[in-house]
Amino acid sequence: MINKSLKQLGAMLQGKEISSVELTQEFLNRIDRLNPAINAFITLDKDRTLAQAKRADEMLSAGKGTALTGLPIGQKDIFVAKGWRTTCGSKMLETFIGPYDADIIERFDASGAVNLGKTNMDEFAMGSSNETSYFGKVQNPWDRSRVPGGSSGGSAAAVAARLCAAATGTDTGGSIRQPASLCGLSGLKPTYGLASRFGMIAFASSLDQSGPMAKSCEDMALMMNVITGFDKRDSTSLNREKEDYTRDLNKPLAGLKVGLPKEYFAEGLGADVAKVVQEAIAEYKKLGAEMVDISLPNTQLSIPVYYVLAPAEASSNLSRFDGVRYGHRAKEYGDLMDMYCKSRAEGFGAEVKRRILIGTYVLSAGYYDAYYLKAQQIRRLIAQDFENAFKQCDIIMGPTAPSTAFKTGETADDPVAMYLQDIYTIAVNLAGLPGMSIPAGFAPSEDGKRLPVGLQIIGNYFDEARMLNAGHAYQQATDWHTQMPEGIE
Amino acid sequence: MSLNSADIKRIAHLARIEVNDTEAEATLSKLTGILGLIEQMQAVDTTGIVPMSHSQDVTQRLREDVVTETNQRELFQSIAPSVEEGLYLVPKVIE
Repeated sequence: MINKSLKQLGAMLQGKEISSVELTQEFLNRIDRLNPAINAFITLDKDRTLAQAKRADEMLSAGKGTALTGLPIGQKDIFVAKGWRTTCGSKMLETFIGPYDADIIERFDASGAVNLGKTNMDEFAMGSSNETSYFGKVQNPWDRSRVPGGSSGGSAAAVAARLCAAATGTDTGGSIRQPASLCGLSGLKPTYGLASRFGMIAFASSLDQSGPMAKSCEDMALMMNVITGFDKRDSTSLNREKEDYTRDLNKPLAGLKVGLPKEYFAEGLGADVAKVVQEAIAEYKKLGAEMVDISLPNTQLSIPVYYVLAPAEASSNLSRFDGVRYGHRAKEYGDLMDMYCKSRAEGFGAEVKRRILIGTYVLSAGYYDAYYLKAQQIRRLIAQDFENAFKQCDIIMGPTAPSTAFKTGETADDPVAMYLQDIYTIAVNLAGLPGMSIPAGFAPSEDGKRLPVGLQIIGNYFDEARMLNAGHAYQQATDWHTQMPEGIE
Repeated sequence: MSLNSADIKRIAHLARIEVNDTEAEATLSKLTGILGLIEQMQAVDTTGIVPMSHSQDVTQRLREDVVTETNQRELFQSIAPSVEEGLYLVPKVIE
């Protein structure tokens, strides 16, 4: 049962083969057994969770169920949830209890889905390995000595270990797609502005976007129907008509023009990853897709641009943690300034501090034009690369990450090496485009483990339905997405 | 642009984060690496390019100037580090 999709479990609930309370309890039991080692969840609240399941059963009995009613979903601990501890992976928020619900939490609640618990993440979503979490590292279920990716590493590991039916993530520079790739699941970052950021603890506001992490594209389409929609409480939320993201799932792919950016297959891409991605592309040709060579010439610049813009926005966003209204306050301090400085020094971890310092520096007097403005100018060049590319193709494909999951501790001490993990994902956030990763196969590690490889699919603005169509067609023809790691029975 | 340990302390003060000398030294090497990465931008000619802050061409929405929020002081102060009689407590700033 644990390997069933949201769609299948939903049908079982609707058909009264199982109740939401039973299903939820099954996943809670699995969490009890497997989470102490994997550490995918930071906070559980079984009473609250089971009360929600009970309510879902009532909705189903009353014939008021929706596609997600009664399904247990892991929520990334970046989303504020009323009455739930919400830590964002930080000591700063170790005791923070959400006083309200994030938009995404409200939407899942309204659909009747069950909040199974809050998943682990890199502190304030800053990281690509889940090693910066104050609440400990997360194991990759495919090889416990390796990282699950980040920042939505807890969500990815939870879905991979079948501790939940699906989970939510957020993606500022690749934080949904890269862990999805490393853990062998499907993850989608929507077009910027489709999902509300209200109640999602801010990292880099002009890049942050939430999205689904699930076992299949069909499941992600169901979740997209819940997650997206206008919210007046988010000033960047787009007021568009609601879409049904399942509408194009079964369209044939014949004639689909797929762009292959030469920069995504150049130096820096691991040979084992390249091989799997090429095989996936061959499969797409069989499905009738047509390959087009394209170029995204400014790809390399996306990393320096990102490491100006994201820290700059973060330094501003994280200034709210002052030890006055909520969050950590130092035990001992002198005057007000000392209280700020000590509370923040104690509450933030090393990577978060580094990014705040970088952001503070690039925004400081005299440097604004050289760094921030320059980065925003190059950001436009990067967006124009995609605009030009989409004149030649419908969607773009390439690797999600340059390598498979790396060993825990391998790059933890070298921020620049860690940043290069996001070389194929960051430009998508800078341009505000939708991007997703789907399982495309495995590459063997040197010690014989099977490590998942993700195929990235990038669409034009608001083209999520077409991307999901492309992903679903592939998942009908292959079974990479249904494979499970060993040792999670 | 190369930084030194004193620069780190100055930036940390602007960011309201306390750093001691050892931390400043350790941070210096990491930040120098990151700034080296960022420096790649300077090779690009960006003359005349309009900076991009958002991907969609959107303007700030306006709303009616009416009260929309209710007072939830007790709820919000229940998670504050230090409060008294409805006020947030901080060290004395005015003698």
